[in-house]
Order: sequence, then structure tokens, then C-alpha cells
Amino acid sequence: MSANQDGTNLLEVRGLTKIFGTLTACDHIDLDIAKGEIHALLGENGAGKSTLVKMLFGSLEPNSGEIFWNGQAVRISSPGAAKKLGIGMVFQHFSLFEALTAAENIALSLDDGSPISSIAAKARALSYSYGLPLDPESLVGDLSVGERQRIEIIRCLLQTPQLIILDEPTSVLTPQEADKLFETLERLRSEGKSILYISHRLEEVKRICDRATVLRHGKVVGHCNPREETASSLARMMVGNEVQAVVRAPVEGIDKAQPLLEIRNLTRKPATPFSIPLKGISLNVRAGEVIGIAGVAGNGQGEFFESVSGEVLQQDAASVRIRGKDAGGLTITGRRLLGAAFVPEERLGHGAAPRMKLSENLLLSRHATDGKAFVGAGGMVKSAAIYTAAQRIIVAMDVRKSAPDPEAAALSGGNLQKFIVGRELDRRPSVMVVNQPTWGVDAGAAAHIRQALIELSRSGSAVLVISQDLDELFEISDAIAVMHNGELSKPLPIAEATFEKVGLLMGGAEPGHAEHTLETA
Amino acid sequence: MDITINILLTIATAATPLLIAAIGELVVERSGVLNLGVEGMMIMGAVGGFGASYLTGSPWIGLLAAIAMGAVFSLLFAVMTLSLATNQVATGLSLTLLGLGLSGMMGTSFVGQPGERLPNLDIPGLTSIPVVGRLLFGQDPIFYISIALTAAVMWFLFKTRTGLTLRSIGDSHTSAHALGIQVIRYRYLAVIFGGACAGLAGGHLSLVYTPQWVENMTAGRGWIALALVVFASWRPWRVLAGAYIFGAVWIGQLHAQAFGIPVPSQFLSSLPYLATVVVLVLISRNKRLTMMNTPASLGQPFVPDR
Repeated sequence: MSANQDGTNLLEVRGLTKIFGTLTACDHIDLDIAKGEIHALLGENGAGKSTLVKMLFGSLEPNSGEIFWNGQAVRISSPGAAKKLGIGMVFQHFSLFEALTAAENIALSLDDGSPISSIAAKARALSYSYGLPLDPESLVGDLSVGERQRIEIIRCLLQTPQLIILDEPTSVLTPQEADKLFETLERLRSEGKSILYISHRLEEVKRICDRATVLRHGKVVGHCNPREETASSLARMMVGNEVQAVVRAPVEGIDKAQPLLEIRNLTRKPATPFSIPLKGISLNVRAGEVIGIAGVAGNGQGEFFESVSGEVLQQDAASVRIRGKDAGGLTITGRRLLGAAFVPEERLGHGAAPRMKLSENLLLSRHATDGKAFVGAGGMVKSAAIYTAAQRIIVAMDVRKSAPDPEAAALSGGNLQKFIVGRELDRRPSVMVVNQPTWGVDAGAAAHIRQALIELSRSGSAVLVISQDLDELFEISDAIAVMHNGELSKPLPIAEATFEKVGLLMGGAEPGHAEHTLETA
Repeated sequence: MDITINILLTIATAATPLLIAAIGELVVERSGVLNLGVEGMMIMGAVGGFGASYLTGSPWIGLLAAIAMGAVFSLLFAVMTLSLATNQVATGLSLTLLGLGLSGMMGTSFVGQPGERLPNLDIPGLTSIPVVGRLLFGQDPIFYISIALTAAVMWFLFKTRTGLTLRSIGDSHTSAHALGIQVIRYRYLAVIFGGACAGLAGGHLSLVYTPQWVENMTAGRGWIALALVVFASWRPWRVLAGAYIFGAVWIGQLHAQAFGIPVPSQFLSSLPYLATVVVLVLISRNKRLTMMNTPASLGQPFVPDR
């Protein structure tokens, strides 16, 4: 089980540094990976993990530092050079081509000139031998995220690498799919391959990794054996201080509360050939509760959010009701005027205009709902009032920034997200819909945002949170519903919900639901 | 019968430059680059082809010069958009404007001069076969090049590994870069190929279609070729179909106008555009297929982070 400790390191990194402008993304990183070990690279978002592995895979050029492969100093100038050495990579944001088949995708990364048909046969054989069944003829655009990851893994294995780098591989998987992945990784380790496993999920690192290197702000802050650490001691190393736990007071008598957001048989045809149709979604969110929607990315969550927020209008006006009024035919502004607020997934370009100041972004989303406060006679903008309101939000959400009223793009992801959520909370909306509230946000800011959402619900609003992060949903939700292939399950009250139950639903298995069992076959 | 054959021959002559320019642009767009400078590259090919043929007396040298002219001119676009990552739409438009102006200046001394026409194919025994002889064995050499080119591009894109790589770059240049594919190099070659094709198409105009130099003689054919690529949903055989539909309706309406049919001539002149759009829209009704064939990274500048 444990690492091969004969003193030979497959990969040694000494003093690797990468500077982007004024930011030192990686600062004199040292890292050793032994043969036959699973080595974890831990760190918060923005700690420099991705930059480091991009340098190891040749997609980025280091400013200084050395890399030794089997004891020899090497320069990895391109992904091709990395592949030649025997380094394979499974990317976090998949590097697949949607309009091509699985076999074509695999062929593109192999340098030999063998015909596609023989590559397809090899890929099929290899995928079954590792228990990751794959149809090489299928079009990537039609596959689920888990299946796409299989293609990446098979593609990587076909190059017979000695070191496999996996960048946040489980962030897009159901718990059951993740278990399957861990089995594969353990098998690879037993075959003598080394694995660099990047994650911020501490439990899985404790479970499968032999050693860990922890990064913080671009520096190595420690090496450890994750099996001897606790999740909280690892978290402390990653974050640098204790993260405040989110407090969720139980709610009582929620059944009698009035539903503020009602979704009735919401149906939507796919907008593009690769997008997901919504199939008869019904859900009530009552005053005082937080409902979480779990699901593997790409199962219709984005389409659902667009429909609820009014980016896409519904044929049936009664399919979305806000505070008892039909809102299906209303635009975003119309729905906001009924008391709803929305935070989309994409911060820059969707949640905020990147090159505009925070105060201007505030005006853009609230000029209609707060017309009296922000817009004066003859349509003149009241700059002073907007500036004051923006500062109020900045203080309330603890937004850290370099200038009094910076452009949205100048803020870090976490701080911008705090501002965008705060901008909506500041209105005290009676219905709040948030898609991926803390995606790419550091732990401290995430805790702040989650606590704010819970407090909003406890003050009598209905809160709907769509997230891929199960830990987050279990932390803040009073009930969790699961979206799979455009359908939404019944919400499970949090007292009854377990990771296993939710995971099964995410994989499409719904006990007692015939259609689903057929589909997974 | 003779009239029918003559009409068919003129249709082929009208369709050939559109087909060649569009096939070249198809390869460029499949690699994810939108070059709106087709018209400019075409006119440069036309003036270069005519000039070389006029100065040397050989239309064959003119043909080579037309190809070279288009390729060199497209290199300008490639350096700007690929190496300097300028906006492709603006750069392409300026390439067209530059080409139109530059060709006019270069061609001032050629105006009104008699040109050499590329000879038609003449195979003793075959060309004189009644009816099909002249259609199959008696056309100008560029006609045969255009058909061979279409077949070759189809084979290249869908049957070769290099073609697959080119299509993958058009689908996602970031993914291709992550795999270690030389995105910029492929795009350079694609753009230069597109330029050479546009140059050849221009050469067809000044060496075959009307063997002389007239300012602005491309008369918007570059734009039609661009539109054909999009309406043909980036598939070579549809480009061929589109070019010939356009050519056929265009020649048809010319004859109709000559016969004095009591329909406004403006309407007849717009028919080729209408017919081509309608037919190509009808054959691209399959949304899924269209989606699969649309290069997703079309027109986006690519700057690899190092």
C-alpha cells in the first residue's frame, strides 16, 4: 500500500518559480514524487496548484528553478516534451473536443500514425480492463462529465505514462463515480505508476494519498502524511488559520410557511443540440428555508437557472411563480420587481460587467428595483447615493479591494463574488436564487457567503441554491433536491439526506422510478 | 443541343472561381480563423495573374503568379491576426479594402490591354465525342483543378490525421494547445492555403473568364464565396453544390434578361443569391449536424500563455 521508499524519486522539483506581472503564482516550490506513490498537492483556490502542474506539463514556462526526472535535469518546454518523458495529465477543465468522437479525441493526443479504428479498439479494450467502460464511437458533446473524464483518463493511460497528474478529478463526479476512480488509481499505483493528485477535498486525500505537499499563496507550507493528519489540521495548513464554521439554526413549522417561489411543471426544449432539456420540474421554496439543488455539472442546472431567473422566458406563465404571482412571462427586471434576486454562476461577464466600477455594476442590476433611490428626476443617475450603497455592501460583506471603487475585473474571484451576493442581499429580497455561490472562492469568503444566505432565509426569505459542492449543500440546506438529466428529484429533508442517497440520485438512480433504472442500464 | 452545352459550360465557368475561393476559405475557417479578406486576395490574384501573363506572354506563368500573389497577401493577414493577435474581422475587412486599392494602382497600365487566355483542354478523340466530350474533356484547366481540389480537401479534412488535427483546432484551440498541438503553425498554413486558393480564383477571372484586367473585376465574388462557406455549414460538397446553384441561377437569369422576360431585372439579378440561400438553408436543417460542423473557436484570437 505505501510508497516505494527505495530512495529514488521519479520527479524532483527545486525552487520552481512563476511570476505573472506583479503576482508570484509559484514561489520557489520544492516537490519530490517517489515511484509508485499517490502524492497529494493541497491548497486553496489561487494557491498556485494549477500553475505548478502546468509547468510540470510544459504548458507554462517557469521563470526559474529546476526539474529532475529520474535524477536527470530536464527542461519541459511543451506538453509534447512532457509526454515524451512519460508525464500524462488529466485536466480539470477538460481538454476535449465536443464535436469529435471519443476515439478521434484520443487519436489527437497520440503521436503515432495508427488508424483511428485501431486506436478505438485499443481504447475500448483498455477502458474495460480498468472498469471504465467507454464507447469510442460516441460524440463527446453527448457524454456526461463523468464519461468525459473517462476519455481523459484512458487517453492518458494509452500513452503509458510513469507519472499521471490529476487536477481536481472528483469535483465533477458523483460520490460513487469517485469511488470507482479511486479504485483505478490504486490499481495504477500497484502497477508502479506515480500519481500527483491535486485536490482541496481533504477526506479523499486522507483516504488515498501516501504523502501530501501543501501550498499556500504560491509557497510550500509543509509536507505531511495525510493519514496521520485530521481534516481540520490539513485545513489549517491550507488556509493558515481556522475557518469559521457555518451555523445553521433549525427551522420550525416550515410546512405551514407560505411558498414564495413556486415552480410548476417547468419544461424547456434544448436550446442547442448539446444542451439539456428540462422535463417537468416542480419545486416549492417556502419562506424561511434554504433548498439546495445538487447534481453533476451539465445536467440542466444552467438551463434551470436561466429559466427561473428570466434570462429565458416560459411559454406557460404559471410555471414560475414568485410571491404568488405568475412570473413565467416576465423578464429578469420583472421578476426582480416581484421581490426576487438572482446570482448567476459566471461572475465576470454575467454577474458583473468586468470593466465597470462596482458602483456602476450596482446601478446596472438595481436601477429598476431601486429606481427612487438611485435615479432622480429626468433619468439622472444619483452617483453619490449609489457610491454610498456600494460602500455599505463592501463593508457588510468584507470585500477586500485595492481602490475605493475599483473595476469589477480588478477584484479577486472570491471578493467579487462577495460583492455580487452582497449586492442582492442588500435589497433584502424575499426570493433569492443563487447558482454555484462559492465556486472558486477561498474558504473564508465561502463561509461568509454561506452564513449570509442562511441568515437571509431565517429572516423570512426563500433561498434556492444550485451547487456542485455537496459539502456546501449539506452545510446550508434545509432540504436537498437532485437534478439529473433535466429532471429534479423530490427534496430530501436534510435530516434524511446522506451523501450516499444524494450520490445515487446524482448518478440517475431513483429507487422505484422505472424510467431511471432503464436509463442507467 | 449546342445551346444547352454552351449554357452548361458557362455555368461551370461562373461557378469555378466561387468554388475555389470558398474551398480555400473553408479550410481557413475549419482551423478557427475567419478571414474576411477573400475579396481582396482574389483581386490581388487577378491583377498578379494578368500582369505576369501580360509581361511574359505565358498564361501558365500568370496562373502561378496569381496563386503566389494570393498566398503572399494572405501572409499579411496571418502575421497580423495570428502572431500579433489582432481582431480577425477588422483585419480581414482592411485586407479587402487594401487589396481593392492596391490592385487598382498596380493595374493602371494593364487596363485595356489584350490578355492571353488559358487554353481549354483538348484531348484528340475524347473532346470531340458528341455532347459529353466538351463538358468532360474540353473545359479550362482551372475547372479540373477546382473539382480535384474539392475532393482533395474532403479527403484531407475527414480521412487524414492532419485534417483531424486541423478540425480539432477549429473546435477548441485551448484544448488543442493543451495537447501540445502547434495551433499557430497549423493556422498559418491554413490561412496561406486559403490565400493561394483565393489567388487562383482571381487568376481564373483574369486568365479564363474575361482574359483582361478591369478594376474591381471580382465584383463581390469573394463575399459570395464567404457566404457559401457559412451556408454550406463548412462542408466541402455543399460548397460545391452551392457554387453551382449560384452559377446556374446566375447564368439562367442573364439569359432570361436577354430574352426580355417581363420581370424587373433587379429581381432577376437577386435570384442567384436567393436561390443559393434557400437551397443551402434547406439542406442544413439538421441542427445537430450543423452544430458538429461549425468550428466553435471561429474568429477568436488565440494567445497561448507561456
